[in-house]
Amino acid sequence: MSENKNLWVYVECAEGHPKKVGLELLGEGKKLAGKIREALVAVLIGHHMDEAAKECIAYGADQVIVVDHQQYAHYKTDPYTNALYTLMEKYRPNIMMFGATNNVRDLAPRVACRAGAGLVADCTSLSLHEETGKIAWTRLSFSGNLMATAICLDTAPQMGTVRPGVFQKGEPNLERTGTMIHEEIQLPEGQIRTKLLESIREAAGSMLKLEDADIIVSGGRGLQKAENFSYVKDLADALGAAVGASRAAVDAGWIPHVHQVGQTGKTVGPKLYIACGISGAIQHQAGMSGSDVIVAINKDPEASIFDIADYGIVDDLFEVLPALTEEVKRLKAKD
Amino acid sequence: MNILVCVKQVPNTKVTKIDPQLDPKTNTLIRSDIPAIANPFDEFAMELAARVKDAHEGVQITVLSMGPAQADAVLKQCLSVGGDHAYLLSDPAFRGSDTLATSFILSSAVRYLEEKEGRFDLIFCGKQAIDGETAQVGPELAEYLGYAQATYVTEVTAQDGGVEVNRETADGYERIWVQYPAVLTITKTAYEPRLPSIKSKLASIRAVIPTFTAKELGLDPEKCGLKGSRTKVIRSCNPEKKAGCMKIKEETGAESAHKLFDLLHSEHII
Repeated sequence: MSENKNLWVYVECAEGHPKKVGLELLGEGKKLAGKIREALVAVLIGHHMDEAAKECIAYGADQVIVVDHQQYAHYKTDPYTNALYTLMEKYRPNIMMFGATNNVRDLAPRVACRAGAGLVADCTSLSLHEETGKIAWTRLSFSGNLMATAICLDTAPQMGTVRPGVFQKGEPNLERTGTMIHEEIQLPEGQIRTKLLESIREAAGSMLKLEDADIIVSGGRGLQKAENFSYVKDLADALGAAVGASRAAVDAGWIPHVHQVGQTGKTVGPKLYIACGISGAIQHQAGMSGSDVIVAINKDPEASIFDIADYGIVDDLFEVLPALTEEVKRLKAKD
Repeated sequence: MNILVCVKQVPNTKVTKIDPQLDPKTNTLIRSDIPAIANPFDEFAMELAARVKDAHEGVQITVLSMGPAQADAVLKQCLSVGGDHAYLLSDPAFRGSDTLATSFILSSAVRYLEEKEGRFDLIFCGKQAIDGETAQVGPELAEYLGYAQATYVTEVTAQDGGVEVNRETADGYERIWVQYPAVLTITKTAYEPRLPSIKSKLASIRAVIPTFTAKELGLDPEKCGLKGSRTKVIRSCNPEKKAGCMKIKEETGAESAHKLFDLLHSEHII
């Protein structure tokens, strides 16, 4: 599709701030756009977006397209789909990249289907396909046991979502300049088929979200009771890490489901994952085996978590965790 | 009220650790030798639908799956825990469908069933299948049908004209109201899927599941399977396994912690 051009990154925002994964994608998008000699365009939909738009330019966007209206203050499927699809029709991008968050996994397939375009989900690496000059989207499936690379066919744009944390966020350059386009798009209220009644924040301990974290400390059945999650939270706080949990800990009611990592929870890929008192069932591994470095702390030397760990301590976590927390605190105090 | 539940048969990763085998020609998965179960998120979806049926008079639940002939096992399972009718979509032409082709086929089947039996107010899908893990079929089905949608749903209260749901967000949840007809994709809920009674189990075993092919649905084979897909797998492999775990075992737990810390710090991991 030669008439389609430019690489778009949809930068999701919450309360006017870009999500980290959007900025990570601007860095990677810049490299890919350079290789195919096209412009990098950040697309933002939300309300009070001026600062976010400037930030996108600082992180590498050549152009920012902003749809800013009260209607977009909170994510809703119908108006967001309409706004993004309207922009696609008008500007005809060649490539669209998204960070694979809950809201994007609601929005991107809806938009892709409206455009009749292929969409590759939850990619963990991107490259250029030599033969076609298209983006080669690589993803894991099958609980991390199958790695497949796909290209989008025939239709444009080529679309894919990328897991948070796969790419490093670059350094912002506040001197950079770029063009800013404001588009007025609204969906008549009568065509919005959902109503937000209430929004409830539930994350315990450190407010850092699993998807944004470079380090995750997770607790499982070995913690024995709800109060003992403090051992995990203390280490997480010292490291500036997010708190994760196994299904066993969530099912026991020790911590809300938003913290669950695994097949029926979240899939994460941080730089460091510390599993405390987690046996490492295949369902848990499915959610975290893509982590760069895995540390396992477990009393049971036969626990299957050690099969995928890089470092393991076979010992009582109630002895290990406080000592590790102290070491980390001492290090941070020095910095 | 009419409810549709979409279910997928998936490989059972609970009993075996599998290195999935691939068809070298198409780079798609060979599914035949792997023991199969109902996708866990679809079981949560079926349970939420059954709870709506428990709470209201006159609710009918239809269950739909696409897959090989043996996928009728998951449909029978759903019939034993609250499903009233079940249909299987099965045709060699459907093989290798990506999410867009799959949701196109499903949407055509929904329209076909709606013509015969009336509109579905609610369509339940699992959030994603544990094999493909794309989470795309639900929203794409909603788009093909032109229906409203809510994803990552954990609670459902059916009302007149619409449904109130809890939807999981990055750091908690939101309560939203969604107008009928709507597609809901269900994540893990607090409700363990119910077990069948002996009577319902026996009845489901005897059930004969009608199967539809592309021809019966009036589908253009060009829009199904590999031909109807807009993504193409060009390479696939089983990822490399890790080299092995460095086990740390000092005299005490605290000493092991110190050693671990030193290792992580010297490798610039923390």
